[in-house]
Formats: sequence, C-alpha cells, structure tokens
Amino acid sequence: MFRNQYDTDVTTWSPAGRLFQVEYAMEAVKQGSAAVGLRSKTHAVLGAVNKAASDLASHQRKLFRADQHVGVAIAGLTADGRVLSRFLRNECINHSFVYESPLPVSRLVVQLADKAQVCTQRSWKRPFGVGLLVAGLDETGAHLYYNCPSGNYFEYQAFAIGSRSQAAKTFLERRFQEYDTYSREDLIKDALFAIKETLQGEKLTAQLCTVAIVGEGEAFHIIDQQTIQEYIDAMELSTGGPDEEAAAAAPPSAETQEGGEGASSEPAPMDI
Amino acid sequence: MALRGDWMYENNGGTCVAIAGIDYCVVAADTRLSVGYNILTRDHSKICSLADKVVLASSGFQGDIRALHKNLAARHLLYQHQHNKQMSCPAMGQLLSNTLYYKRFFPYYAFNVLGGLDNEGKGCVFTYDAVGSYERVGYSAQGSGSSLIMPVLDNQLKSPSPLLLPARDAVTPLSETEAVDLVKDVFASATERDIYTGDKLEIVVINASGIKREYLELRKD
Repeated sequence: MFRNQYDTDVTTWSPAGRLFQVEYAMEAVKQGSAAVGLRSKTHAVLGAVNKAASDLASHQRKLFRADQHVGVAIAGLTADGRVLSRFLRNECINHSFVYESPLPVSRLVVQLADKAQVCTQRSWKRPFGVGLLVAGLDETGAHLYYNCPSGNYFEYQAFAIGSRSQAAKTFLERRFQEYDTYSREDLIKDALFAIKETLQGEKLTAQLCTVAIVGEGEAFHIIDQQTIQEYIDAMELSTGGPDEEAAAAAPPSAETQEGGEGASSEPAPMDI
Repeated sequence: MALRGDWMYENNGGTCVAIAGIDYCVVAADTRLSVGYNILTRDHSKICSLADKVVLASSGFQGDIRALHKNLAARHLLYQHQHNKQMSCPAMGQLLSNTLYYKRFFPYYAFNVLGGLDNEGKGCVFTYDAVGSYERVGYSAQGSGSSLIMPVLDNQLKSPSPLLLPARDAVTPLSETEAVDLVKDVFASATERDIYTGDKLEIVVINASGIKREYLELRKD
C-alpha cells in the first residue's frame, strides 16, 4: 500500500472509510516471524518460530503464559506484545483474586480487544503493532482466538499469523475439520508441521521453534526442547508426513507446571 | 460480640510456631477457630503455602488473615511471571513486612510467622508483629498460646543472642524429627492451659525434597 494524505493520524478516516494507521499496524503483524495455533475440544497448542536478529543474538520470546489456563503467542512488535502480556497476566490475577476462579478466555480476549480499540481512537496514541493468538481452556472447553491491532478478535479452530503464515494456513485449512477429536500428541505434531511450512525449506529443529500447550488436566506450559525434538524426529521417520502416526518416539511430555518456561537448556532470552 | 459498634476486628485465636533447622523448617499451627468462648470450627487451617520453599502461618483475625494470604499469593504469581522463578523466603519476608506496613493505619490483625528455606537451603524463620516489624530468628511462636510456648522454646533451643559478634547461626542443630517432636510437645502443653488452642495440630515441614504435611490430634476441650 502506498502513502496517501489520510494516513498520518489514526483518527483520520479515508474517504473510502478506512483507517490507514490501523491497517499499517496490521502490516507490522505480517512482518513478524510466524506463530501458529490450533485446538481440539480439550487442548490448545501454540507454536512460534524463533527468529533471532543475528547469530550473535538470542531469539525473542514469543510465547507467554498469562495464567494456568491461558497463554498467548505474539507476532509483530514484540515490545508491544510484552506489554500486552503483562496486561493479560494482571487481568487474570485480578479476576482470580476477586472471583476465586479462572478468567474465562472469551472475557479475556474482549478486555484485550477493548484495550486495542482505545488506541485506534485517540490522537495521541498509536495502535499496538502486534497480533496475539490467545489459547486457553475454560468451562466451555479449549479455545483459540486471534486479537488484531484493530481491536477485532475472532475465534478459530486453527490459525497462523506472521511472515509466510499463508503456507501454514493452507496446511491447516486442509486438516482443521478433524481437529476437534485430535489427540494432544497429534495436535502438537500438526503444530510442528504448520511451523515447518512457514520455514519453506529450512530444516525444522527444536532450536528453531517453541511450542506450548494447555488442556484438560494440563496447565499452560512451554514444552521442553528435548520432547519437541523427539516429536520432530518421529515426524520425519514416518514417510507420509504427519498423516501416519509414528508411535515410535512421541512420548507425552511430563506435565511440568509453574516457572519452567523453557528455561532449561537455552541461554535465557529476554524474559519479561 | 463486638465491644463497640465500630469495632472492626475479632480475635479468632490460635497459635502458630516455626522452628528453623540446618536444612529444614517446621511450621505448625493448631486448627481451632474460636470467637469469644465459642468454637466455630475445629478444622480450619492457619497455614498457607505461598511458594515452593515458603510457608506462612498466621493467627489473629481470620478475615484479615484470609485477605493477607490471598494478597501475598497474588503478588507471588506476579513475581513468578516477571522473574520466571519462585520467590525466596527472605524475599517473601520483606514483601510480607511491606504489605503489613502498607496498612499501618488500619492494620491486618494478623500475627505471622513465616518459615522456609533461604537461598542456601538453610532453615529460615521470620517473625512479625501486626504492622510489619520483622526479624529473622531461629524459632518463634505467635498467637494466643505464644506466651506459653516461647519460654519453652527458649529453654530447649537455646538460641544465641543476635547481639553477639561474630554473628552466630540461629538455626537449631536438632534433627527434623526431634524438632517435630518438640513442636508436638509444646502444642500439647499450650493446649492444656490456653482455651483457644487445641483440636488438631497441623505440622508442615519444608526441606529440600519439598513440603510435607502432618496432623496430630490435640485435646478438644
């Protein structure tokens, strides 16, 4: 899209009824490295590609836990993403404090969307430049939402955002009909395959991606690198790709709770 | 049974004790909840597990205690999100002190004893007054039976004066089982004479392998 005279302020409409600044913010999301999400009735999986600015740098954190039952994957301006994750965490804690129960995911995304909307209607603010895939579990089952910089949010069975996400979306579109009944292991495998699609040729290793899962009886946590590598190896072993269940080396990961957010083997990325 | 129309507090009684050992910490409290001369329940826990290595026992007004524990638990969650690890006992000690002093002019009616392991794995006990004045000690008792228990602990645990130089370790050389036995004995004694202490004793032991809970029946009269 090209510059025009209606795109300076977020509070300026174009004659065609568009807010260009908001649309430019959505462009920022498309520039970020990919993130994918998918869900079944009982589990939701988030995956992200770990792109480092250079070989010297560590990669940026893209998966954040908001509460035991909710987590987010971000794409776009990671600084904005961190700030929003902090907001999500606060909202979850405040709700639990007052109501002694977990904040339903649908309410959380509405609060997030309202916060994003504010920035599209103030002349002294700018829209957040980050898209969030919110995955969570509540009384009504597992959910996956996508929150835009525009303040819109949508529920999805599976989705991908960021650069080269179209390849992942195409893959997910072919398979999402069965996701409701997928087992947790199959969900993880499909997430990894979707991430692989965005890499377009580059070999998928556990170093290159981060995967997190939340589900019934399982708090939101990032799956450790070793388990991910085992899933990847199992996928490569089976000739037909993810369609065949290579039961060989795909053990369910130990349900680690609390602070072990992928901090085991990696040099710690910039934690919030 | 308020004394005045505007009296905001109530004393629900109970006693809490904590003893620090070389590589463990024992935190214990009775489970009786009373108001005046009545017992409201015989089975109410005064102990809150705040973190992996931190346990808080409080006696006083249960309404304030429940709110205080909740407050600290929420702050701990926030800490974990920000620092990606659990709070250490000394950190929680400072946080509790600040939280109590924050309400200096409408205090939490809570007499606290914080127990756990410090960063080196040694037993760690902090004792508080209602407005946050605190000190790291080798052992402490708070609550209605504290005046019956403290002298016995002083005698048995022979803690060195904190004024001595070089600084001496306040933790007791007793083994974990000996410390737990001592706790059981002091509570049995306090139960005899303090009407607010009794029913059941909840003993929590924190050591390198985690948190363990044990119960002991006490006199119910």
